[in-house]
Amino acid sequence: MNGTKLILTRGQATGLNRPLALTPGQDLKGYVASLLGRAVLFLITCTSVLAVLLIFFFVCREALPFLSKISLSEFLINTEWYPEADNARFGALALIAGSVYVTIAALVFSVPVGILSAVFLSDIVSFRIRAFVKPVIELLAAIPSVAYGFFAVLVLAPWMQNKFGFSTGTNALNASLILAVMALPTIVSVAEDSISALGPELREASYSLGATRFETIFRVVIPAAHSGIIAAIILGMMRAVGETMVVWMASGNAAQIPRPWWDISQSVRTITATIAGEMGETPKETPHYWALFALGVLLLILTFSLNVVSEFFLSRAKRALGKQ
Amino acid sequence: MQNNKSGVLESVSRRRKNKGKLNLIMDRQKQSKSESLNNKDTAECACSIVEAEDFSFYYGSTMGVKNITMEVFPCSVTAIIGPSGCGKSTFLRAINRINDLIPNTRIEGTLLVNGHDIYAKKTNLVNLRQQVGMVFQKPNPFPKSIFDNIAYGPRLQGTTKGSKLQQIVEESLKAAALWEEVKDDLRKSALALSGGQQQRLCIARALATRPSVLLMDEPCSALDPIATGKIEDLIEQLKSDYTIVIVTHNMQQAARVSERTAFFCLGELIEYDFTPKIFRNPGKKQTEDYITGRFG
Repeated sequence: MNGTKLILTRGQATGLNRPLALTPGQDLKGYVASLLGRAVLFLITCTSVLAVLLIFFFVCREALPFLSKISLSEFLINTEWYPEADNARFGALALIAGSVYVTIAALVFSVPVGILSAVFLSDIVSFRIRAFVKPVIELLAAIPSVAYGFFAVLVLAPWMQNKFGFSTGTNALNASLILAVMALPTIVSVAEDSISALGPELREASYSLGATRFETIFRVVIPAAHSGIIAAIILGMMRAVGETMVVWMASGNAAQIPRPWWDISQSVRTITATIAGEMGETPKETPHYWALFALGVLLLILTFSLNVVSEFFLSRAKRALGKQ
Repeated sequence: MQNNKSGVLESVSRRRKNKGKLNLIMDRQKQSKSESLNNKDTAECACSIVEAEDFSFYYGSTMGVKNITMEVFPCSVTAIIGPSGCGKSTFLRAINRINDLIPNTRIEGTLLVNGHDIYAKKTNLVNLRQQVGMVFQKPNPFPKSIFDNIAYGPRLQGTTKGSKLQQIVEESLKAAALWEEVKDDLRKSALALSGGQQQRLCIARALATRPSVLLMDEPCSALDPIATGKIEDLIEQLKSDYTIVIVTHNMQQAARVSERTAFFCLGELIEYDFTPKIFRNPGKKQTEDYITGRFG
């Protein structure tokens, strides 16, 4: 230290020699800068909120004229969708049923697989394997849906037709299998996060009471993480409901309710596929055009309510973790 | 226990033949499940209920504890003290093999519980853990009702009858001095209890599987002094029926509740003797330094 001038001098603690009060100039500058910053950031944040509101507004506006032409009850209850016929019919029930049908079938496949995979990754497999497998599962979400659609049409459809003798390979089963695979990454990822977030305490408590791994997983881990798991299922459901390209390619696009209702090998058509398929060829300002927007409103209401429910369960999962 | 007073460490290699004492232990373990752990070779083994012989525990290549040789005697409280990271908890958690949950661990030497080498391949972990219960540092009740928390262990053992479960829950809560406070709302979530109540609930939950040994890993470190006092009173009551091994950071606590104290440092057992001796007249300089606060 000898010879160099000290920058930090001793005895600084005894006196604060820089003023603590802001000058009026500094005060104003700070005020303006903070106001500007807030305003800019507010506007930027607003764009996404605004986008949501505008989408809702425009879809609803285009759908409204439809309600004055056709009664809501016919739209929701009738199963005949013949928008281009001379005596046009706009019964959307078959389409709604198609969406619900394909979504539920997809969940039947993907929920058990997804939750068991999540449990396997969080509780059974070693950290190194999990660090490798989880990103690979999440990679499923990165595959474009048209690629899934190709697979459905070129591989799955002929295989089903030959193997099981279905009248058509593009059917509800095909679409729901593909949707199940597409929903898996969401379900596995969210469920695994919430199961891992439980931490070791509950597991240790269970093992120390003589529980086996199986008992620990099914009696403690899954019940304790149920909020997160339900949220995972609903998020996977949203993925399946909103998916368009795959169901358009794989479901066969027949606007009908399968008869008998459980016959999954028949073709169906979903709301999303109908909108995507018909919007391009429908003249503007016609009942058909408005009907498609009415379908859009229906879809929006469906996904929004699912979103609200999943948010509810996710926040409950977070609160449950905070309590422990 | 009179014949052990000559010094605990020397007695390790000796095999005692105090059969009267053993019968007393066996009598307490009435449940049928205990028979697989209390197998025949226990008969000639004697008084100690937990016995470590040259026991070492490794996390991967990091050493947890090294060459521990000590005995824990039934119906008494054994305290383990020592600075942080000295392997107290590691050793405690090795006794019911809850450390198995951590990947890449390895042991050397033997650890006998009731004469059975618990790290042998053919160890019934379910029976081991039900008879060597554990209470953790942080209260960790399941997010279930108070009743279901206590009934968890008995249900695993196959008890499903409502009246039987009710009886076990009541007895366990009474033994853990919690019954009076919660008897009217057994269906309430266990998470609604206070920290001290939760910890007593965890003790009751551990007692419900009818253990012989109760391992307590710093059970009071997350509690305030009043709750701590209650737990210590509880330990005092429980020791007539259970063998308690307690890890604690609090030396006063060790002095208050235990008959014997083991001092661990850097993964090794430095000294193990009767508690009054450890605190008044320790045999090793290291122990004395730690006890008097001159450690380090």
